[in-house]
Amino acid sequence: MSPTIAVVGASLAGLSAARALRDQSYDGRIVVIGDEVHAPYDRPPLSKDFLAGRASSDDIALGAPDDEDLHLEWRLGTTAVGLDHLSRSVLLEDGSEVRADGVVLATGARARRLPGSDGLDGVHVLRSLDDAIVLREDLALAERLVVIGAGFIGAEVASTARTLGLDVTVVETQPVPLAGPLGTDMGAVCAGLHADHGTRLLVGTGVAGLVGTGRVEAVELTDGTRLPADVVVVGIGATPNVEWLAHSGVALGNGVLTDVRGATNVPGVVAVGDCAATWSVAAERHVRTEHWTSALEQPATAAATLLGTGGPVPTPVPYFWSDQYGARIQFAGSRREGDVARVVEGSCADRSFLVVYERDGHPVAVLGMDQPRLFTRWRRQLRSVVPTPS
Amino acid sequence: MILVCPTTALPPGEAIRVEADEPIAVFNVDGEFYAIDDTCTHQDASLADGWLDGCAVECPLHASCFDLRTGKVSGPPAKTPVRTHRVVVADGMVYVRPGVAAEGAA
Repeated sequence: MSPTIAVVGASLAGLSAARALRDQSYDGRIVVIGDEVHAPYDRPPLSKDFLAGRASSDDIALGAPDDEDLHLEWRLGTTAVGLDHLSRSVLLEDGSEVRADGVVLATGARARRLPGSDGLDGVHVLRSLDDAIVLREDLALAERLVVIGAGFIGAEVASTARTLGLDVTVVETQPVPLAGPLGTDMGAVCAGLHADHGTRLLVGTGVAGLVGTGRVEAVELTDGTRLPADVVVVGIGATPNVEWLAHSGVALGNGVLTDVRGATNVPGVVAVGDCAATWSVAAERHVRTEHWTSALEQPATAAATLLGTGGPVPTPVPYFWSDQYGARIQFAGSRREGDVARVVEGSCADRSFLVVYERDGHPVAVLGMDQPRLFTRWRRQLRSVVPTPS
Repeated sequence: MILVCPTTALPPGEAIRVEADEPIAVFNVDGEFYAIDDTCTHQDASLADGWLDGCAVECPLHASCFDLRTGKVSGPPAKTPVRTHRVVVADGMVYVRPGVAAEGAA
Protein backbone atom coordinates (compact mmCIF):
# COMPACT_ATOMS: atom_id res chain seq x y z
CA MET A 1 0.00 0.00 0.00
CA SER A 2 1.30 3.45 -0.86
CA PRO A 3 2.13 5.72 2.04
CA THR A 4 -0.28 8.42 3.19
CA ILE A 5 0.42 11.94 4.34
CA ALA A 6 -2.41 13.81 6.04
CA VAL A 7 -2.38 17.59 5.75
CA VAL A 8 -4.63 19.06 8.42
CA GLY A 9 -5.66 22.53 7.29
CA ALA A 10 -6.67 23.59 3.79
CA SER A 11 -5.58 27.19 3.58
CA LEU A 12 -2.36 28.64 2.17
CA ALA A 13 -0.04 26.64 4.47
CA GLY A 14 -1.85 23.35 3.88
CA LEU A 15 -2.06 23.79 0.12
CA SER A 16 1.57 24.89 0.00
CA ALA A 17 2.54 21.78 1.96
CA ALA A 18 0.72 19.52 -0.50
CA ARG A 19 2.38 21.30 -3.42
CA ALA A 20 5.78 21.09 -1.74
CA LEU A 21 5.43 17.35 -1.12
CA ARG A 22 4.71 16.75 -4.82
CA ASP A 23 7.44 19.16 -5.80
CA GLN A 24 9.84 17.06 -3.73
CA SER A 25 8.78 13.92 -5.59
CA TYR A 26 6.52 12.38 -2.95
CA ASP A 27 4.12 10.20 -4.95
CA GLY A 28 2.10 8.61 -2.16
CA ARG A 29 -1.40 9.52 -1.08
CA ILE A 30 -2.09 13.06 0.23
CA VAL A 31 -5.29 13.71 2.16
CA VAL A 32 -6.08 17.37 2.84
CA ILE A 33 -8.50 17.98 5.69
CA GLY A 34 -10.13 21.39 6.08
CA ASP A 35 -12.83 22.57 8.48
CA GLU A 36 -14.17 25.14 6.02
CA VAL A 37 -16.34 23.96 3.13
CA HIS A 38 -14.45 26.20 0.71
CA ALA A 39 -11.50 25.14 -1.40
CA PRO A 40 -8.30 27.03 -0.45
CA TYR A 41 -8.58 30.77 -0.92
CA ASP A 42 -6.39 33.79 -0.33
CA ARG A 43 -7.17 35.58 2.94
CA PRO A 44 -5.48 38.98 2.51
CA PRO A 45 -8.12 40.29 0.05
CA LEU A 46 -10.91 39.53 2.55
CA SER A 47 -10.34 42.86 4.31
CA LYS A 48 -9.67 44.74 1.08
CA ASP A 49 -10.89 44.03 -2.46
CA PHE A 50 -13.27 41.24 -1.48
CA LEU A 51 -14.83 43.31 1.28
CA ALA A 52 -15.13 46.27 -1.09
CA GLY A 53 -16.90 44.10 -3.66
CA ARG A 54 -14.08 44.47 -6.18
CA ALA A 55 -13.06 40.80 -6.03
CA SER A 56 -15.24 37.67 -6.11
CA SER A 57 -14.67 34.37 -4.35
CA ASP A 58 -13.45 33.00 -7.70
CA ASP A 59 -10.91 35.81 -7.89
CA ILE A 60 -9.42 34.91 -4.53
CA ALA A 61 -9.34 31.13 -5.02
CA LEU A 62 -5.79 29.81 -4.50
CA GLY A 63 -6.21 26.71 -6.63
CA ALA A 64 -4.41 26.73 -9.96
CA PRO A 65 -5.28 24.61 -13.02
CA ASP A 66 -2.11 22.56 -12.51
CA ASP A 67 -3.28 21.54 -9.04
CA GLU A 68 -5.27 18.64 -10.54
CA ASP A 69 -1.91 17.01 -11.19
CA LEU A 70 -1.30 16.99 -7.44
CA HIS A 71 -3.93 14.23 -7.05
CA LEU A 72 -5.06 15.38 -3.62
CA GLU A 73 -7.88 13.78 -1.67
CA TRP A 74 -9.92 16.57 -0.19
CA ARG A 75 -11.90 16.28 3.05
CA LEU A 76 -13.39 19.76 3.19
CA GLY A 77 -16.04 20.83 5.69
CA THR A 78 -14.50 18.32 8.11
CA THR A 79 -12.95 19.31 11.42
CA ALA A 80 -10.07 17.31 12.86
CA VAL A 81 -10.71 16.65 16.54
CA GLY A 82 -7.70 14.63 17.59
CA LEU A 83 -4.40 13.05 16.68
CA ASP A 84 -3.26 9.64 17.87
CA HIS A 85 0.50 9.97 17.86
CA LEU A 86 1.15 6.24 18.13
CA SER A 87 -0.80 5.27 15.02
CA ARG A 88 -0.48 8.76 13.52
CA SER A 89 -4.21 8.79 12.91
CA VAL A 90 -6.11 12.01 12.48
CA LEU A 91 -9.51 11.72 14.13
CA LEU A 92 -12.35 13.54 12.42
CA GLU A 93 -15.52 14.98 13.89
CA ASP A 94 -17.69 12.49 12.02
CA GLY A 95 -16.01 9.67 13.92
CA SER A 96 -13.85 8.49 11.05
CA GLU A 97 -10.08 8.67 11.01
CA VAL A 98 -7.30 9.09 8.50
CA ARG A 99 -4.35 6.79 9.17
CA ALA A 100 -1.18 8.40 7.95
CA ASP A 101 2.55 7.83 7.79
CA GLY A 102 3.18 11.55 8.04
CA VAL A 103 1.10 14.46 9.27
CA VAL A 104 1.35 18.16 8.44
CA LEU A 105 -0.34 20.37 11.01
CA ALA A 106 -1.59 23.52 9.29
CA THR A 107 -4.75 24.39 11.18
CA GLY A 108 -4.04 28.11 11.31
CA ALA A 109 -5.48 30.52 13.81
CA ARG A 110 -8.87 32.00 14.58
CA ALA A 111 -9.88 35.56 15.33
CA ARG A 112 -10.15 36.49 18.99
CA ARG A 113 -13.63 37.60 19.97
CA LEU A 114 -14.68 40.24 22.41
CA PRO A 115 -15.96 38.63 25.62
CA GLY A 116 -19.70 39.15 25.92
CA SER A 117 -20.26 39.82 22.22
CA ASP A 118 -21.80 36.45 21.44
CA GLY A 119 -25.29 36.51 20.01
CA LEU A 120 -25.31 40.22 19.26
CA ASP A 121 -26.05 40.96 15.61
CA GLY A 122 -23.83 43.42 13.83
CA VAL A 123 -20.67 42.34 15.69
CA HIS A 124 -18.08 40.74 13.45
CA VAL A 125 -14.62 39.28 13.32
CA LEU A 126 -12.84 38.83 10.00
CA ARG A 127 -10.83 35.74 9.34
CA SER A 128 -12.69 33.48 6.92
CA LEU A 129 -14.50 33.86 3.63
CA ASP A 130 -17.81 33.32 5.42
CA ASP A 131 -16.90 36.09 7.90
CA ALA A 132 -16.20 38.42 4.98
CA ILE A 133 -19.44 37.58 3.17
CA VAL A 134 -21.65 38.43 6.16
CA LEU A 135 -19.61 41.51 7.03
CA ARG A 136 -19.87 42.76 3.45
CA GLU A 137 -23.64 42.34 3.54
CA ASP A 138 -23.86 44.13 6.86
CA LEU A 139 -21.64 47.04 5.79
CA ALA A 140 -23.82 47.63 2.72
CA LEU A 141 -26.72 48.59 4.99
CA ALA A 142 -24.69 50.47 7.62
CA GLU A 143 -23.73 54.08 8.12
CA ARG A 144 -21.54 53.93 11.22
CA LEU A 145 -18.75 51.43 11.78
CA VAL A 146 -16.70 51.08 14.93
CA VAL A 147 -13.52 49.01 14.62
CA ILE A 148 -12.07 47.66 17.85
CA GLY A 149 -8.31 47.27 17.46
CA ALA A 150 -6.06 49.37 15.21
CA GLY A 151 -3.84 46.53 14.02
CA PHE A 152 -3.50 45.65 10.36
CA ILE A 153 -6.87 43.93 10.02
CA GLY A 154 -8.65 46.75 11.81
CA ALA A 155 -6.91 49.40 9.74
CA GLU A 156 -7.67 47.62 6.48
CA VAL A 157 -11.34 47.16 7.34
CA ALA A 158 -11.55 50.84 8.33
CA SER A 159 -9.92 51.81 5.05
CA THR A 160 -12.30 49.67 2.98
CA ALA A 161 -15.33 50.95 4.90
CA ARG A 162 -14.31 54.55 4.14
CA THR A 163 -14.25 53.75 0.43
CA LEU A 164 -17.80 52.41 0.88
CA GLY A 165 -18.81 55.76 2.36
CA LEU A 166 -19.20 54.75 6.01
CA ASP A 167 -18.49 56.91 9.00
CA VAL A 168 -15.65 55.05 10.75
CA THR A 169 -14.16 55.17 14.23
CA VAL A 170 -11.23 52.97 15.27
CA VAL A 171 -10.63 52.29 18.97
CA GLU A 172 -7.23 51.12 20.24
CA THR A 173 -6.23 50.31 23.82
CA GLN A 174 -2.55 51.03 23.22
CA PRO A 175 -1.35 54.65 23.10
CA VAL A 176 0.19 54.05 19.65
CA PRO A 177 -1.19 51.55 17.11
CA LEU A 178 1.21 49.04 15.55
CA ALA A 179 3.94 49.97 18.05
CA GLY A 180 4.70 46.26 18.51
CA PRO A 181 5.74 45.49 14.94
CA LEU A 182 6.81 48.96 13.81
CA GLY A 183 7.90 50.85 16.94
CA THR A 184 6.13 53.88 18.34
CA ASP A 185 7.43 56.46 15.86
CA MET A 186 6.59 54.54 12.72
CA GLY A 187 3.42 53.10 14.24
CA ALA A 188 2.24 56.66 14.74
CA VAL A 189 3.14 57.57 11.15
CA CYS A 190 1.20 54.64 9.72
CA ALA A 191 -1.73 55.32 12.02
CA GLY A 192 -1.75 58.86 10.62
CA LEU A 193 -3.34 57.42 7.48
CA HIS A 194 -6.62 57.15 9.40
CA ALA A 195 -6.91 60.88 9.99
CA ASP A 196 -5.73 61.61 6.44
CA HIS A 197 -8.76 59.76 5.17
CA GLY A 198 -11.41 60.89 7.58
CA THR A 199 -11.37 57.98 10.01
CA ARG A 200 -11.49 58.87 13.71
CA LEU A 201 -8.81 57.09 15.72
CA LEU A 202 -9.18 56.90 19.51
CA VAL A 203 -6.10 55.56 21.27
CA GLY A 204 -5.35 54.59 24.86
CA THR A 205 -9.01 53.70 25.19
CA GLY A 206 -10.40 50.41 26.39
CA VAL A 207 -13.76 48.98 25.50
CA ALA A 208 -16.10 48.54 28.49
CA GLY A 209 -18.76 46.70 26.54
CA LEU A 210 -21.20 46.60 23.71
CA VAL A 211 -24.63 48.21 23.98
CA GLY A 212 -27.74 46.78 22.37
CA THR A 213 -30.29 44.02 22.63
CA GLY A 214 -30.48 41.66 19.69
CA ARG A 215 -28.41 44.03 17.59
CA VAL A 216 -25.47 46.21 18.55
CA GLU A 217 -26.25 49.91 18.92
CA ALA A 218 -23.10 51.36 20.42
CA VAL A 219 -19.67 50.63 21.81
CA GLU A 220 -19.12 51.85 25.36
CA LEU A 221 -15.59 52.86 26.24
CA THR A 222 -13.92 52.65 29.63
CA ASP A 223 -14.07 56.44 29.93
CA GLY A 224 -17.86 56.27 29.60
CA THR A 225 -18.03 57.48 26.00
CA ARG A 226 -20.65 55.79 23.86
CA LEU A 227 -19.86 55.42 20.17
CA PRO A 228 -23.03 54.76 18.15
CA ALA A 229 -22.49 51.87 15.76
CA ASP A 230 -24.51 49.99 13.17
CA VAL A 231 -21.68 47.53 12.72
CA VAL A 232 -18.73 46.63 14.96
CA VAL A 233 -15.65 44.80 13.76
CA VAL A 234 -13.39 43.26 16.38
CA GLY A 235 -9.76 43.00 15.27
CA ILE A 236 -7.84 42.08 18.39
CA GLY A 237 -5.58 39.33 17.17
CA ALA A 238 -5.78 35.61 16.63
CA THR A 239 -5.41 32.40 18.62
CA PRO A 240 -3.72 29.32 17.14
CA ASN A 241 -6.04 26.38 16.47
CA VAL A 242 -4.23 23.78 18.56
CA GLU A 243 -6.74 22.75 21.25
CA TRP A 244 -7.59 19.64 19.23
CA LEU A 245 -4.02 18.46 19.85
CA ALA A 246 -4.28 18.72 23.64
CA HIS A 247 -4.04 14.96 24.25
CA SER A 248 -1.97 14.09 21.20
CA GLY A 249 1.45 14.17 22.80
CA VAL A 250 2.47 17.01 20.47
CA ALA A 251 4.24 19.70 22.47
CA LEU A 252 2.28 22.95 22.55
CA GLY A 253 3.06 26.48 23.64
CA ASN A 254 1.75 29.52 21.85
CA GLY A 255 1.10 27.17 18.96
CA VAL A 256 2.61 23.84 17.96
CA LEU A 257 6.28 23.90 18.99
CA THR A 258 8.67 22.96 16.21
CA ASP A 259 12.38 23.13 15.50
CA VAL A 260 13.79 25.29 12.69
CA ARG A 261 12.81 22.65 10.14
CA GLY A 262 9.19 22.40 11.23
CA ALA A 263 9.57 19.11 13.13
CA THR A 264 7.46 18.66 16.25
CA ASN A 265 8.49 16.44 19.16
CA VAL A 266 6.49 13.61 17.56
CA PRO A 267 8.29 11.79 14.74
CA GLY A 268 6.49 12.08 11.42
CA VAL A 269 4.52 15.15 12.49
CA VAL A 270 5.43 18.64 11.28
CA ALA A 271 3.67 22.00 11.68
CA VAL A 272 3.55 25.06 9.45
CA GLY A 273 1.83 28.41 9.13
CA ASP A 274 -0.16 30.35 11.72
CA CYS A 275 -0.57 27.37 14.09
CA ALA A 276 3.19 26.74 14.33
CA ALA A 277 5.59 28.29 16.83
CA THR A 278 8.87 27.65 15.06
CA TRP A 279 12.27 27.86 16.71
CA SER A 280 14.02 31.02 15.60
CA VAL A 281 17.80 30.97 15.67
CA ALA A 282 17.93 34.77 15.58
CA ALA A 283 15.41 35.28 18.40
CA GLU A 284 16.55 32.21 20.38
CA ARG A 285 12.96 31.26 21.14
CA HIS A 286 9.89 29.80 19.46
CA VAL A 287 8.19 32.40 17.31
CA ARG A 288 4.68 32.08 15.90
CA THR A 289 4.28 34.31 12.86
CA GLU A 290 0.98 34.99 11.16
CA HIS A 291 2.55 36.27 7.96
CA TRP A 292 1.23 35.13 4.60
CA THR A 293 4.78 34.62 3.37
CA SER A 294 5.61 32.30 6.29
CA ALA A 295 2.61 30.13 5.42
CA LEU A 296 3.96 30.00 1.88
CA GLU A 297 7.63 29.35 2.67
CA GLN A 298 7.64 27.11 5.75
CA PRO A 299 5.94 24.14 4.02
CA ALA A 300 8.87 23.51 1.64
CA THR A 301 11.18 23.02 4.64
CA ALA A 302 8.62 21.00 6.59
CA ALA A 303 7.94 18.75 3.59
CA ALA A 304 11.67 18.00 3.31
CA THR A 305 11.71 17.24 7.03
CA LEU A 306 8.80 14.84 6.67
CA LEU A 307 10.38 13.13 3.68
CA GLY A 308 13.73 12.92 5.45
CA THR A 309 15.58 14.81 2.74
CA GLY A 310 16.83 17.61 4.97
CA GLY A 311 18.40 20.47 3.11
CA PRO A 312 19.87 23.66 4.48
CA VAL A 313 18.40 25.28 7.56
CA PRO A 314 16.27 28.16 6.33
CA THR A 315 17.11 31.68 7.44
CA PRO A 316 13.89 33.46 6.67
CA VAL A 317 13.52 37.20 6.77
CA PRO A 318 9.98 37.78 8.03
CA TYR A 319 7.99 39.83 5.53
CA PHE A 320 4.48 41.23 5.54
CA TRP A 321 2.50 43.93 3.84
CA SER A 322 -0.68 45.87 4.37
CA ASP A 323 -2.70 47.90 1.89
CA GLN A 324 -4.55 50.77 3.53
CA TYR A 325 -6.18 53.87 2.08
CA GLY A 326 -4.35 53.31 -1.20
CA ALA A 327 -0.98 53.22 0.58
CA ARG A 328 1.21 50.13 0.34
CA ILE A 329 2.97 49.35 3.59
CA GLN A 330 5.69 46.70 3.52
CA PHE A 331 7.88 45.45 6.36
CA ALA A 332 10.71 42.93 6.43
CA GLY A 333 13.10 41.82 9.12
CA SER A 334 12.93 41.65 12.89
CA ARG A 335 12.62 44.82 14.93
CA ARG A 336 12.94 45.06 18.67
CA GLU A 337 12.95 47.81 21.28
CA GLY A 338 15.98 50.03 21.02
CA ASP A 339 16.47 49.67 17.27
CA VAL A 340 16.90 53.04 15.61
CA ALA A 341 14.55 53.94 12.75
CA ARG A 342 16.17 56.08 10.07
CA VAL A 343 14.40 57.54 7.03
CA VAL A 344 16.59 56.81 4.00
CA GLU A 345 14.17 57.87 1.27
CA GLY A 346 11.12 60.13 0.99
CA SER A 347 9.42 61.57 4.03
CA CYS A 348 6.85 60.47 6.54
CA ALA A 349 4.84 63.64 5.96
CA ASP A 350 4.48 62.76 2.27
CA ARG A 351 3.37 59.21 3.15
CA SER A 352 6.02 57.86 0.82
CA PHE A 353 9.18 56.72 2.52
CA LEU A 354 11.64 54.00 3.27
CA VAL A 355 12.78 53.52 6.84
CA VAL A 356 15.65 51.28 7.88
CA TYR A 357 15.83 49.98 11.45
CA GLU A 358 19.38 49.69 12.74
CA ARG A 359 20.89 47.84 15.68
CA ASP A 360 24.50 48.60 16.54
CA GLY A 361 24.76 50.37 13.22
CA HIS A 362 23.57 47.37 11.18
CA PRO A 363 20.26 47.15 9.31
CA VAL A 364 17.88 44.60 10.88
CA ALA A 365 14.53 45.58 9.40
CA VAL A 366 13.01 47.81 6.76
CA LEU A 367 9.65 49.53 6.41
CA GLY A 368 8.35 51.05 3.22
CA MET A 369 5.28 53.05 2.34
CA ASP A 370 4.64 53.27 -1.40
CA GLN A 371 8.29 52.43 -2.14
CA PRO A 372 8.07 48.88 -3.57
CA ARG A 373 11.22 48.97 -5.67
CA LEU A 374 13.49 50.35 -3.00
CA PHE A 375 11.86 48.17 -0.38
CA THR A 376 12.58 45.05 -2.39
CA ARG A 377 16.25 46.00 -2.69
CA TRP A 378 16.50 46.43 1.07
CA ARG A 379 14.63 43.23 1.71
CA ARG A 380 17.10 41.37 -0.47
CA GLN A 381 19.99 43.02 1.33
CA LEU A 382 18.54 41.97 4.70
CA ARG A 383 18.38 38.38 3.51
CA SER A 384 22.07 38.50 2.75
CA VAL A 385 22.98 39.83 6.20
CA VAL A 386 20.83 37.48 8.28
CA PRO A 387 23.23 35.46 10.41
CA THR A 388 23.55 31.87 9.27
CA PRO A 389 23.19 29.40 12.13
CA SER A 390 26.29 27.38 12.83
CA MET B 1 11.19 46.04 -32.19
CA ILE B 2 11.82 48.30 -29.22
CA LEU B 3 15.27 49.45 -28.18
CA VAL B 4 15.60 48.81 -24.46
CA CYS B 5 19.10 49.93 -23.54
CA PRO B 6 22.78 49.06 -24.00
CA THR B 7 23.64 45.69 -22.42
CA THR B 8 25.99 47.53 -20.08
CA ALA B 9 23.07 49.52 -18.67
CA LEU B 10 21.32 46.33 -17.49
CA PRO B 11 23.80 44.37 -15.36
CA PRO B 12 23.07 40.87 -13.99
CA GLY B 13 20.37 40.85 -11.32
CA GLU B 14 18.81 44.05 -12.63
CA ALA B 15 15.52 44.77 -14.36
CA ILE B 16 14.16 47.63 -16.39
CA ARG B 17 10.62 48.64 -17.29
CA VAL B 18 9.95 49.46 -20.93
CA GLU B 19 6.94 51.40 -22.11
CA ALA B 20 4.98 49.61 -24.83
CA ASP B 21 1.25 49.15 -25.48
CA GLU B 22 1.44 47.04 -22.35
CA PRO B 23 4.56 47.80 -20.30
CA ILE B 24 7.29 45.15 -20.48
CA ALA B 25 9.89 44.20 -17.86
CA VAL B 26 13.32 43.12 -19.12
CA PHE B 27 15.64 41.16 -16.80
CA ASN B 28 19.28 40.18 -16.88
CA VAL B 29 19.83 36.79 -15.23
CA ASP B 30 23.57 36.11 -15.21
CA GLY B 31 23.96 37.49 -18.72
CA GLU B 32 20.76 35.99 -20.16
CA PHE B 33 18.03 38.51 -20.96
CA TYR B 34 14.32 37.81 -20.46
CA ALA B 35 11.25 39.94 -21.13
CA ILE B 36 7.75 39.49 -19.70
CA ASP B 37 4.71 41.67 -19.17
CA ASP B 38 5.59 44.17 -16.47
CA THR B 39 2.21 44.23 -14.76
CA CYS B 40 1.50 41.44 -12.27
CA THR B 41 -1.64 39.49 -13.18
CA HIS B 42 -2.77 39.48 -9.54
CA GLN B 43 -2.89 43.18 -8.80
CA ASP B 44 -1.44 46.30 -10.32
CA ALA B 45 2.29 46.20 -9.58
CA SER B 46 5.44 46.48 -11.65
CA LEU B 47 7.36 43.21 -11.86
CA ALA B 48 10.48 45.17 -12.83
CA ASP B 49 10.42 46.32 -9.20
CA GLY B 50 10.29 42.73 -8.02
CA TRP B 51 12.72 40.35 -6.39
CA LEU B 52 14.78 38.38 -8.90
CA ASP B 53 15.68 34.91 -7.69
CA GLY B 54 17.25 32.72 -10.38
CA CYS B 55 14.85 32.59 -13.31
CA ALA B 56 11.89 33.68 -11.20
CA VAL B 57 10.67 37.13 -10.31
CA GLU B 58 8.63 37.75 -7.19
CA CYS B 59 6.06 40.55 -7.36
CA PRO B 60 7.10 43.40 -5.06
CA LEU B 61 3.65 43.62 -3.50
CA HIS B 62 2.05 40.27 -2.83
CA ALA B 63 4.87 37.83 -3.59
CA SER B 64 3.36 36.13 -6.65
CA CYS B 65 6.17 34.40 -8.57
CA PHE B 66 6.57 34.08 -12.33
CA ASP B 67 9.04 32.03 -14.37
CA LEU B 68 10.87 34.47 -16.64
CA ARG B 69 11.42 31.78 -19.28
CA THR B 70 7.79 30.75 -19.69
CA GLY B 71 5.73 33.45 -17.97
CA LYS B 72 4.07 30.73 -15.91
CA VAL B 73 3.01 31.30 -12.32
CA SER B 74 5.45 29.63 -9.96
CA GLY B 75 3.96 30.95 -6.73
CA PRO B 76 0.56 32.26 -5.55
CA PRO B 77 -1.57 34.34 -5.24
CA ALA B 78 -1.44 34.98 -9.01
CA LYS B 79 -3.11 32.33 -11.15
CA THR B 80 -2.78 33.78 -14.64
CA PRO B 81 0.57 33.67 -16.47
CA VAL B 82 2.24 36.74 -17.92
CA ARG B 83 3.20 36.89 -21.59
CA THR B 84 6.84 36.50 -22.57
CA HIS B 85 8.45 38.66 -25.25
CA ARG B 86 11.39 37.84 -27.44
CA VAL B 87 14.66 39.56 -26.58
CA VAL B 88 17.24 40.30 -29.23
CA VAL B 89 20.77 41.34 -28.32
CA ALA B 90 22.72 42.93 -31.18
CA ASP B 91 25.76 45.16 -31.27
CA GLY B 92 25.72 45.66 -27.52
CA MET B 93 22.08 46.70 -27.48
CA VAL B 94 19.05 44.96 -25.93
CA TYR B 95 15.83 44.95 -27.96
CA VAL B 96 12.44 43.33 -27.39
CA ARG B 97 9.81 42.23 -29.88
CA PRO B 98 6.52 42.92 -28.06
CA GLY B 99 3.92 40.23 -28.53
CA VAL B 100 6.37 37.70 -29.96
CA ALA B 101 6.77 34.94 -27.37
CA ALA B 102 10.25 34.07 -26.20
CA GLU B 103 11.77 31.00 -27.79
CA GLY B 104 11.01 27.93 -25.77
CA ALA B 105 8.12 29.60 -23.95
CA ALA B 106 4.77 27.85 -24.18
